[in-house]
Amino acid sequence: MQAPSLHYSITPSLRCMTPGLEHYLVVSALLFCLGLLGVVTRRNLLVMYMSLELMLNAANLALVSFSRFNDNLNGQILVFFIITVAAAEVSVGLALIVALYRKRQTAHVEDLTTMKL
Amino acid sequence: MFAFLTLLCGVLVVANPFSRNPVTSAMFLVLTIISMAGLFVLLHAFFLAAVQILVYAGAVMVLFLFVIMLLDLKEEERRRVKKFSLVGGLISVGAIVTIFVKSILAAKPGANLSAPRLEGETAALGKLLFTQYLLPFEVVSVLLLVAMVGVILLSKKDLK
Repeated sequence: MQAPSLHYSITPSLRCMTPGLEHYLVVSALLFCLGLLGVVTRRNLLVMYMSLELMLNAANLALVSFSRFNDNLNGQILVFFIITVAAAEVSVGLALIVALYRKRQTAHVEDLTTMKL
Repeated sequence: MFAFLTLLCGVLVVANPFSRNPVTSAMFLVLTIISMAGLFVLLHAFFLAAVQILVYAGAVMVLFLFVIMLLDLKEEERRRVKKFSLVGGLISVGAIVTIFVKSILAAKPGANLSAPRLEGETAALGKLLFTQYLLPFEVVSVLLLVAMVGVILLSKKDLK
């Protein structure tokens, strides 16, 4: 905890004390790209789904930070609705995955090539 | 404060580890969600932080872990990641990261904004939610009901 703060207080470009909007946006962008990387590289259906949740969370973070720095509560309302819809979406998606697993005994995208030409 | 932020970011980086076990991924996702709630607290969005912990770390992750245990995914250990897809994904995602960060830093979005001065947000949030956004609120509740019925229908053994 002590060492990184020392490091960033030395670095001149990041010398501000309170994080501004752009820092939150950078974190959000990194998180989104991490989720994207997970979706692209992992082949397990469940892990891909979790990465999708990560991307959704990144969008939420960007919305909340915009709402905070613009003095506008509508962004937070939108994030509330996004969280609710995401919960419903997760339950439906996981039920779909379970039904698929019952039918095909697999959770890998490489085994699901029925629609391939 | 900024150290806390970067610490969270470090946790988030580990959130997609290349250990092959989905349970590990799920646990790191829980950690990511909790640190995201910490970021919400830093942004003075206390209600959303509470909702994030309750809904995501509570309900959604329990669902994930339940399905992982139910499916018993053992065979991923012996599968190898394809080199081509890994390298291609890394290159393209790295390009997107570069574009994002460069554009954010070039735009300097916080430059012309005044300091945030929103206070007592949970009450205002509730007021807004139950007056201006009452109809979307009801629609979302209906959506939850539809999702519940759909999940029960999907996970039945045999449809009659």
